[in-house]
Amino acid sequence: MTTPGMVLHFSVEGGDFAAAGEAASKIKKALRKIGIDAGVIRRVAIAAYEAEMNIVLHARRGRLVLEVAEDKLQVIAEDEGPGIPDVNQAMQEGFSTASDLAREMGFGAGMGLPNMKKCSDTITIESVKDRGTKVVMGFDHR
Amino acid sequence: MKIRYHSVVLDEEKCQGCTNCIKNCPTEAIRVRGGKAVILTERCVDCGECIRTCENHAKKALSETLDDLKNFRYRIALPAPSLYGQFKQGVMPRAVLAALRQIGFDEVYEVAAAAELTTYAVRTYLEEYTAKNDRKNLPLISSSCPAVVRLIQVRFPGLIPRIIPVEPPYVTAAKMFYRERLPELEYSPDQIGLFFITPCPAKITEIKTAIQAGYHVDGAIPFLSIFGKLQEQVEAGEKVDAHPQSTGVGIGWARAGGESVAVKWENALSVDGIHHVAALLEEIEMDKLNDIDYIEAMACPEGCVGGALTVENPFVARVKIRKLAEAANDKELPPEVAALGAKLYSEDFFRSQQDLPAIPALQLDKDLGVAIKKLEQVEGLMTKLPGLDCGACGSPTCRSLAEDIVQQNAQLSDCIFILREELEELASKLLLLSQKRPPALGQTGSEKEVAKSESQESLGENRSPDDHRE
Ligand SMILES: Nc1ncnc2c1ncn2[C@@H]1O[C@H](COP(=O)(O)OP(=O)(O)OP(=O)(O)O)[C@@H](O)[C@H]1O
Ligand code: SF4
Ligand code: SF4
Ligand SMILES: [Mg+2]
Repeated sequence: MTTPGMVLHFSVEGGDFAAAGEAASKIKKALRKIGIDAGVIRRVAIAAYEAEMNIVLHARRGRLVLEVAEDKLQVIAEDEGPGIPDVNQAMQEGFSTASDLAREMGFGAGMGLPNMKKCSDTITIESVKDRGTKVVMGFDHR
Repeated sequence: MKIRYHSVVLDEEKCQGCTNCIKNCPTEAIRVRGGKAVILTERCVDCGECIRTCENHAKKALSETLDDLKNFRYRIALPAPSLYGQFKQGVMPRAVLAALRQIGFDEVYEVAAAAELTTYAVRTYLEEYTAKNDRKNLPLISSSCPAVVRLIQVRFPGLIPRIIPVEPPYVTAAKMFYRERLPELEYSPDQIGLFFITPCPAKITEIKTAIQAGYHVDGAIPFLSIFGKLQEQVEAGEKVDAHPQSTGVGIGWARAGGESVAVKWENALSVDGIHHVAALLEEIEMDKLNDIDYIEAMACPEGCVGGALTVENPFVARVKIRKLAEAANDKELPPEVAALGAKLYSEDFFRSQQDLPAIPALQLDKDLGVAIKKLEQVEGLMTKLPGLDCGACGSPTCRSLAEDIVQQNAQLSDCIFILREELEELASKLLLLSQKRPPALGQTGSEKEVAKSESQESLGENRSPDDHRE
C-alpha cells in the first residue's frame, strides 16, 4: 500500500453484542465524509461488519483499523483469541463453530468469511492458535 | 437541477437561539450562530422536523396562499388524501371537496383518485422488477415521500437506484388534469392555476424544483393556512355539489402503510418517522434486508397525516383515515381504474421524469486527498472536545463542531468547556501578572506572604474545582 493517508482505530470487545456493529458503522460514516464511492463504501461496510462480528463472536478482544490512501483502502481486523486452526476450512460457506446462543441471535451461518472475501479485492488471514487472528482486506476505490 | 430552493426557512424575529432544533435534524443541517438558527440549505431535506420541534414557531414553510388564486382565471385544487382526515369524525370527503370549491377553487382534482392509478403503476413496476432482478438489488423504495427521496440523495446515495421511478400521486393528478380535462376547457394553460393542498413542506419544495414535464403545478397551499376557512364552510353546509372520485384504496395512502396495503404487496415493509427511516436505510445499505421487496418509507410520524403543516393530531387523523377508507371500499381497485392504469402504464405515463443526483452535502471536500486531511484534523479535534454532544456551541454534536472548525465555520473556543479551560489559563496568568511589581518598588508584608506561598505550590491547585463554576 502506498502512503497511508489516514489511519483510524476502533476497538471491539468480544461478547459485547450491544455495541456490535458500531465500529463498522463508524468506518462507513468516515468513508462517506471523505466522499468514497457509494458502491465501495457498501462493500467495505459489509466486510468490516462481518470482521467485527467475528471478533465479537469468536475472540476475546480486538480492533478494526481503517487505512485510507488516495487510491486504495484497507481494513485490518486483529484480535486476541483462539485463532482459526484451519483457515481453508473456515473460508468454506456454511462452516461455523458458533455457539448455540450466537445461532439463536441469527449468527453462525458460516457466511462471514466468504462474504468478506466476496466484498474485498484482496484478503489475507494470519492466525496463530491460542493467540489471535489478523485479517487484512484491501479495496481499490479509484 | 438547482437544489438550493427550500420551503423550510427561519423566522429570525422569533428565533431565540435555544438550540432545541439542531439535535433533531436528520442531516445535521442546523447551526445556531450569533444567537440565531441557520439552515445549511444544501443539507436540508425539508422534512419539517425542525418546524415540529421549535416551541417559538420560528421555523416556517414558504408557500402560496389563497391570494395567489387571483393570478389565474380558472383555479384547480389538488387536495392530498390526508386532508380528509383533518376534520371532525363524520365529515365526508364530499363535504371537504365542496368546501374547497366554496373558498375559491373552480374545480377539485383529487390526489386520492390519482393515487389509485399510482397504485396500479407501483404494483406493475414491482412485478416486472422482481421478475427480472436478483435479490441483491432489493428492496425497492417508494418515491412518494419527497423528504425521504432527498434524504437518500444526501445520506444514502448508493440507494438512489432503488427508488421506484413512478411519479407521486399529486403529479399523476396534475398530468391527468392536463390530459383529460384541459382539452374540454376554453382556457389556455397559463390561465389555469393548479394548487396542491399540502400537508408538508417537502412537497412544496418538490413542486418548486421538480422537472414538470407535460403538466404544471403552480403552487402549494398548506392545510394549516386554509383549515379555518374550510372548517367554516364544512359547518355552514354544502352549497355546491361535489362528487368524490376516489375510493378507499386512494384515501388510505394518507397514512403510513396505506401505500403498501393499496398496492397489495405481501413482502413489503412500512416505516414512518424520519429517524426510523434513516435507521432502516442504514440496514438496507448493508444488504441486510434483501429478503424484502419493497419499502414504503414516510418521513412523518404516521405518514402524511402527520405532516408538519397539518392541523389534527397524527394518531387521531390516522384512525379517521382508516375509517373513511374502509367505508369507501379499500379492498380492490375498481376495474375501470385498473383498466385505465394498464393503458397509461403501457404508454409510460407514470414514469418519473426526475433526475436524482447524489447530493454530496455531507462530504468534507470535493477532493479526496483534501477530504482525508480534513477528516484527520476532525479526529484530532475529537480528542480535545469533551464528547458530551451538549449543543451549547450551536453545532449538534462534538463531531459536527469539529467538522465546522475544520471547515472554518467555527472555532475551538465555541465549545464552552474549551473556553472555560482557556479562561482558567488566562485567569491564572493574569493573577500571576498582577502580583508582579516593578523591581524598584519594595514589597509590603502581605505580598511577601504571597510570594512565599507561590514558590511552594502552584496557583491552580489551592482552589477547589467548584470555585470557578460560575
Ligand atoms: N476472529 C476469529 N477468531 C477465531 N475464530 C474465527 C474468527 N473468525 C472466524 N473464525 C472461525 O471461522 C468460522 C467461520 O467464520 P464465518 O465468519 O465464516 O462464520 P461464522 O462467524 O461462524 O457465522 P456468520 O459469520 O455467518 O455469522 C467461525 O465459525 C469460527 O470458527
Ligand atoms: S426541515 Fe428537516 S432537514 Fe431541513 S433543517 Fe429542518 S429538520 Fe433539518
Ligand atoms: S410523509 Fe407525507 S407529509 Fe410527511 S414529508 Fe413525506 S410526503 Fe410530506
Ligand atoms: Mg462470522
